[in-house]
Amino acid sequence: MSTALKLENLSKTFEVGKRMFRPPKAMVHAVRPITLEVEKGETLGIVGESGCGKSTLARMLVGLLDPTEGVIEIDGAALDNADPSEFGKKIQYVFQDPISSLNPRKSIKQVMEAPLKHLHGMDKVTRDARIREIFASVNLREEFLERYPHEFSGGQAQRIGIARALAADASTLILDEPVSALDVSVQAQVLNLLEKLKSDLGLTYLFISHDLAVVEAISTRVAVLYFGTLVELAQAEDIFRAPKHPYTKLLASSAPVVGRPLTNPEGKATDLPDPLNPPKGCAFAARCPKATDICRQSPPPLAVPTGEAGAHQVACYHPLEEGEQIFG
Amino acid sequence: MTFLKLLIRNRLAAAGAVVMALVLLLALITPILPLPDPDVTNTSNRFVKPFSEGHLLGTDHLGRDLLARLMYGTRLSLAVGIAAAIFAAIFGAAIGIIAGYFGGKTDNIIMRGVDMLMAFPYILLALAIVAALGPGLTNALIAVAAVNIPFFARNIRGVTVGIAHKEFVDAAKLAGEGHLRIILTEILPNVIPVIVIAMSTTIGWMILETAGLSFLGLGSQPPQADLGSMLGEARSALITNPHTSIVPGVMILIIVMAINLLGDGVRDALDPRLRSGALTRPRPSTAVARTSEIPKPRETGTMVLTDLETQFHVGQRVYKAVSKVSLHVEPGECLGVIGESGSGKSVTALSIMGLVASPPGVITGGSARYDETELIGAPYEKLRRYRGDKVAYIFQDPLATLHPLYTVGDQLCEAIRVHHKVSKKEAWQRAVALLKQVRIPNAEGRAKVYPHEMSGGMRQRVGIAMALANDPDVIIADEPTTALDVTVQAQILALLNDLRKERGLSIIFITHDFGVVAQLCDRVAVMYAGRIVETGPTQAVLDDAAHPYTRRLIACVPELGEGRRELHAIPGLPPAVDKLPAGCAFAPRCDKADALCQVGTIELEGNGTRAVRCIFPETKLSEDVA
Repeated sequence: MSTALKLENLSKTFEVGKRMFRPPKAMVHAVRPITLEVEKGETLGIVGESGCGKSTLARMLVGLLDPTEGVIEIDGAALDNADPSEFGKKIQYVFQDPISSLNPRKSIKQVMEAPLKHLHGMDKVTRDARIREIFASVNLREEFLERYPHEFSGGQAQRIGIARALAADASTLILDEPVSALDVSVQAQVLNLLEKLKSDLGLTYLFISHDLAVVEAISTRVAVLYFGTLVELAQAEDIFRAPKHPYTKLLASSAPVVGRPLTNPEGKATDLPDPLNPPKGCAFAARCPKATDICRQSPPPLAVPTGEAGAHQVACYHPLEEGEQIFG
Repeated sequence: MTFLKLLIRNRLAAAGAVVMALVLLLALITPILPLPDPDVTNTSNRFVKPFSEGHLLGTDHLGRDLLARLMYGTRLSLAVGIAAAIFAAIFGAAIGIIAGYFGGKTDNIIMRGVDMLMAFPYILLALAIVAALGPGLTNALIAVAAVNIPFFARNIRGVTVGIAHKEFVDAAKLAGEGHLRIILTEILPNVIPVIVIAMSTTIGWMILETAGLSFLGLGSQPPQADLGSMLGEARSALITNPHTSIVPGVMILIIVMAINLLGDGVRDALDPRLRSGALTRPRPSTAVARTSEIPKPRETGTMVLTDLETQFHVGQRVYKAVSKVSLHVEPGECLGVIGESGSGKSVTALSIMGLVASPPGVITGGSARYDETELIGAPYEKLRRYRGDKVAYIFQDPLATLHPLYTVGDQLCEAIRVHHKVSKKEAWQRAVALLKQVRIPNAEGRAKVYPHEMSGGMRQRVGIAMALANDPDVIIADEPTTALDVTVQAQILALLNDLRKERGLSIIFITHDFGVVAQLCDRVAVMYAGRIVETGPTQAVLDDAAHPYTRRLIACVPELGEGRRELHAIPGLPPAVDKLPAGCAFAPRCDKADALCQVGTIELEGNGTRAVRCIFPETKLSEDVA
């Protein structure tokens, strides 16, 4: 297996309260240095709550946002976002809100033609043939091409968004909450379509979502983000069944599950740390029942816990044993 | 075309359009009309009164025919005014789009320049420009256009900033489009309506400004006539021969009035916010137009809905959002109403207290009884007394429901004092106590902050505190946790559950999430296309769903802990509620459906506590199941 996407110490810092002649009032570390590799043909799920930096990460990967530090490599070559028509062929993005990602004043045909024209320079005949081919693969009828975005339901619009991403012929797709705006019955249709496209076209996915069950169902591996930091990375079938980071454990036990009694795992109201005044050590320490002094002193590195084999990485000084209960 | 229809419906705008069309037509055909030369002087014939032989509107101080001068002058003034508006719109829009699209330093430099232009009084600026370029109509045109560029630039920049951050612009970047192409094909088409609106409201103003410059002798030069210079020349004879001033003055009045009325109409017809009915003032409670008697309640409880029907009447179309929905909730009970978007679950909830916007919403039948009182069709004053006091709502987005300019404590106080005569101090104490009840840490301090300073979870706690403020008997919660993260959702659900047990609250909980329903609700009603298709105790429905829709919907939901797998999907889409099929609305998507499912009306039938609207239920509902 070769590497499709490689991030090395990728980070993003936003300046808050810019001033003309003095340094900005504060710096917010939206994404702290992340090192990560995604294999070809893999689906890497990225899970986290609002404000954890998952969308910032996604926008950096497709060149919509410049990283503050670090390197992104796609298929072994560093990402150069100077020329949009070059990187657009390597990596594409599927947006969360399917309707607002389509220009209300462009017909679907115009939307679909843009990447074919500007990225691949195809002539009209080739373009029409390619659009037909793509539409067939995402189960959309050709008569839709003459219509405008407001005429579509969310599920149809998201298929169009996927079709547009496919038109660029990139081998890696960043899917940013692609089903969270859809109803469950439609959500399953889109997820199954994504799965089929992946195996038919040999795609690599980075699947970002806040819905643990959806991520678990579609991913090969899952990465958990908390407060801009990668806190756990493991196989999808292990990570929620046997989480090692207390935060992952909290996420897994908070998700409403049919047949499990209602609990508030933390037993109290809690908030994320203040991004303007971030904690020195582990960001989760204030909410963590296992936190000790070292946790509050310096952030733990992401690593396989000592004495363990395998690839289950966790950024925690006190990783959980399998079956250990700390909440509720 | 809807635009023209909307425009003509506005009577004043239609009148403006007719007058303007007439003036434009006359201006266009002026050269072929049998008029004397407007510039030929005849000093022996000075100041001839109007309606005299050969000179319908009389003559001016040099004996020139006023009618001819008026026609040619109008022609010139209109041409200059429109040309100036077009120039100002093109340059202003270009500046605004560039500033708004690129943002940052570019935006800062451009907009500060524009601000500087705006800081000068417009007439001074125009005078300065004309002084620099020399008098003349072309230079007056340039001056008027330049003076109006900042107005366009600011307006268009504001709109562009909003559009430049839309996802479709990002998508265009990823499709390999360059900046110029994005501006021309993505941004401009979305900005054009705003440009047209801005132009339609400023053209009249620009005609006035050009006339003003000509009046001062800086625009058209003698002997050429435009409306401003005619006024200027007539000024010295204002008292002795007022008709020479009145003629051009009235024409300016007519043109500017007509253009402004038309411009307002164009703006109203083009603005999507106004078009969607923001100008039609919604009634304080939903309109009720019963087509049948008030039905007798068939169940008991704190809140009993019987055969509730709510429709949206848009033009000729009737959307049956809620069709014959019957629900009831007992004290201390939580009833879940589950359905996908468009299933009518929220409209059901809003209909109870008459909160569906009218127009277009109309309650066409049914009853909602709270404690033996009929709410549907109740007078507004009575509904208002009950709203928030006996029956309270919790909405999905607390940021949208809390007022951004008041502290949360003040808002809670207001909610209390609307229904109870208590002092401000006492209300504040109760507000703080409420915040404590919803487990907000440091309640005294948090009462003094504004909604935007709180996290989503904390805001939703305030929303719940607001609902609890007057100790209601029924709380209607419309997707209260959908916008929240899972860890926060768990906290909020646990809180609602505690409160209901402590206070014996009845909760109607609207959601699309089976996991949430399973954990919180005692009973559940499943809605599809405006009807309840299945109802029963939560556990029984989830374990052994009777309606094929319920069963397949449950199968669609991925559950945590099952690993990687293919998900079940329901093919097709829900029907549009303005075109509901006969029989079962789910039949076109159902694999068990046959011809019987697509005729007549299928009733909600059941035994004991369970009921299903299906002739081929997945499971038999016997008394022992219930």
